[in-house]
Amino acid sequence: MGVLTISRQVRNRLHGSWMLISLIFVVLLPFLLGTGLYIKSANLLSNHSISSLLFSTEWKPISGKFGLWPFILSSLWVTILAVLFAVPICLLTSLHITQYAKRWVLSLMHPIIDILAGIPSVIYGVWGVLIVVPFVADYIAPLFGKTISGYSILAGAIVLAIMIIPFMLNILMEIFKTIPEELTEASLALGATRWQTIKKVILRKAFPGIVSAIGLGLSRAFGETIAVMMVVGNVTRIPYGTLQPGYPLPALIANNYGEMMSIPLYDSALMLAALVLFVIVLFFNFASRMAIVRLEKNL
Amino acid sequence: MRKTSRIEERFFRVLMFFSTAFIAISLLLIVFSIVYKGLPSLSWEMLTQEPKGGFYFGKEGGILNAILGSFYLAIGATLLAMLIAIPVALFINVHLRKYKKSTNFIRFLLDLMWGVPSIVYGAFAFGVMIYLGVRTSLLAGIITVTLFIIPIMIRSFDEVLKTIPNGLLESTFSLGATLSETSYRVVLRQCIPGFITSILLSFGRAIGDAAAVMFTAGFTDSIPTSLNQPAATLPLSIFFQLSSPIPEVKARAYTSALVLTVIILLISIFARYFSRKYEKNKIRF
Amino acid sequence: MHQGCKIHIENLNLTIGKQSILKDINICIPEGKITVIIGPSGCGKTTLLKTLNRLTDLYPEMKVSGSIVIDDQNVLESGQDITEIRKKMGLLSQRPYPLPMNIFNNVAFGLRISGRLSKRILHKRVQHYLEQANLWEEVKNRLHEPASKLSIGQQQRLCLARGLAVDPEIILADEPTSALDPISSQTIEHKFLELRGKYTIVLVTHFLQQAQRIADNVVFMYLGEVIEQGPSDEFFNNPQQEHTKHYLKGMFN
Repeated sequence: MGVLTISRQVRNRLHGSWMLISLIFVVLLPFLLGTGLYIKSANLLSNHSISSLLFSTEWKPISGKFGLWPFILSSLWVTILAVLFAVPICLLTSLHITQYAKRWVLSLMHPIIDILAGIPSVIYGVWGVLIVVPFVADYIAPLFGKTISGYSILAGAIVLAIMIIPFMLNILMEIFKTIPEELTEASLALGATRWQTIKKVILRKAFPGIVSAIGLGLSRAFGETIAVMMVVGNVTRIPYGTLQPGYPLPALIANNYGEMMSIPLYDSALMLAALVLFVIVLFFNFASRMAIVRLEKNL
Repeated sequence: MRKTSRIEERFFRVLMFFSTAFIAISLLLIVFSIVYKGLPSLSWEMLTQEPKGGFYFGKEGGILNAILGSFYLAIGATLLAMLIAIPVALFINVHLRKYKKSTNFIRFLLDLMWGVPSIVYGAFAFGVMIYLGVRTSLLAGIITVTLFIIPIMIRSFDEVLKTIPNGLLESTFSLGATLSETSYRVVLRQCIPGFITSILLSFGRAIGDAAAVMFTAGFTDSIPTSLNQPAATLPLSIFFQLSSPIPEVKARAYTSALVLTVIILLISIFARYFSRKYEKNKIRF
Repeated sequence: MHQGCKIHIENLNLTIGKQSILKDINICIPEGKITVIIGPSGCGKTTLLKTLNRLTDLYPEMKVSGSIVIDDQNVLESGQDITEIRKKMGLLSQRPYPLPMNIFNNVAFGLRISGRLSKRILHKRVQHYLEQANLWEEVKNRLHEPASKLSIGQQQRLCLARGLAVDPEIILADEPTSALDPISSQTIEHKFLELRGKYTIVLVTHFLQQAQRIADNVVFMYLGEVIEQGPSDEFFNNPQQEHTKHYLKGMFN
């Protein structure tokens, strides 16, 4: 009996230690990522000032010029446009699902949202090439009297918008669900219509949550790689319109990993691009999560 | 006043209905266009053969290399991630249950990691690989994807574990069970249905990801026979074939996309099925 | 130390933040008897019970001081094998919490973790404890069904069998009948009367009638303090304290 107890305690210790080691590893992971990327981009940072790298428009790796501005700008264009498209749709749909929808709509929409969320990025890319790019070329561009291939910031933004819809929708639905039903009932009892209640009570109460859902969608969209890369055109130039091709940061990294070893400092520049991506995404994430934590405390 | 508010309500209800329908239609449109374009070139050969010489010029062969590569990679990464994610999730919910501040901090950190794009993991892993002087391989791909899905898996397990009532823990401790016995024999068991769903979803993430593997797993026409060989993956195979100017190759890209879509749909169906099936041992509180 | 005290609680205090939940508790729980802790809800009965087998470890906000001595061993001293101490005490909670496994394994769980047994012996022991809890006849043909399929009353008896199976010396019961129908409640009460003598039973309840039916010894708590304790007859027929008198009156009218 004594021996058995000891072996049980030993097993308990072993399990406990493995759990603790795993936990420490997981907690350190973000710092590991950040440090690793920083060390790798340090070569470049020691020769160039950070602002000249971030805000210079010249990207000529062969002559040692690594200005990331066109890529950062492209990323911003695509991301912001995508969020602009997605937000109204997500808001309306999440309100419909949480406030109005009948049972059958719910049982239909839940699997649909789950599947949309699960579809791999590359499939969205294929779909973009099949449908969105021709659509932009044949229907949107002529409206502005232009002839283009369709591979453009707009195409990237549309594909990206569809991709982040399930993601933002899920967060918004969670947020609307946390609003106590009594609040809605109280408003309805005062004679307000359903829509007035939504407008005056629910949206107001959920406002911080909505902002953070948008922030999370933004950071998700910012890092999306392959789908955007397939439809956005990938031309290194400052984009000056949505029908122009763009070249977002993730696409830059993904497209050039093959040749980066042959040119000095090229790999450093790409690691810097990854670091910039990492920092921006973490920033948006951090701000949004903080807002959600606040919201939960207030409820 | 009355009337305008009624019109407003009408207007927004219609708008909401259309936006919901828009989402449903988008999914249909995506699936339909992939099936429509992919079905014509679907053949037995496509699924069961490796690319032969000239495959990328429209000659014979199939994408078995990519299908198997993807499965090896996703299965490897999922298992490896479970090895870390299950202990961490249990640790947070059983051992650290009483330390609210630290668990909240860990959850916050995991949520932050959840949002880091896979390309960043890919770039990081590639940097490490250059430093170590190793070449692209199945193992490198597996490790990278593991890092990428760990936060997703832990948070997803965590959501399931949060539903464990204190009473179940109290009962188990009262029987003289140690912390690890409580974790693995009781708590884990109670949560199996939820865990299966989480695992399948993480598997779906792993098999669908392209950005983390393109630097690390490489690409090859042969089926990997060991962990230090490079491996092809379906998403990359789709990507490469689609960028070809040759119509036959492009058509095969659509077929490959169809294969990947079907795999993802099957995973989603399995997830639903299994979580229902294993509900029976679960106690409802 | 008092003679015949199985559990001896001295100067026990428990606080959550600045709030005092248990105030300077001194109780002697006699061996082989049924001790019933009564009092209005929120008086700290359940917390006291959880302190006995240190389930308070689960709740960080609870700060405990004082001593609980069971068989010359202070439970509250850290650095002991808490699992061994807990095994001495079977717990029956307000609602049954069956383990997520089949009926047989629910009882076998405790047996398995404390020693390897042959299949035959294991089966015999499981049957024995299920019989002890008056459950055997009802489940003998469905031992491999999930415990979740049992009724609430059956689940509670399963929890009793499970608790007995680790061979405890003490049974802690926290309003074990509050979620049950009258017949199941009666079964549990009868069971306690049968088990008395072999086990020391500590029962928390807010049903005075229940306390009267089965108690040997009564502890009355109010707002985290022990107001009065003593043998059942004395307590009910000749209470000493004003509070007790009020409480008994209020409940009987």
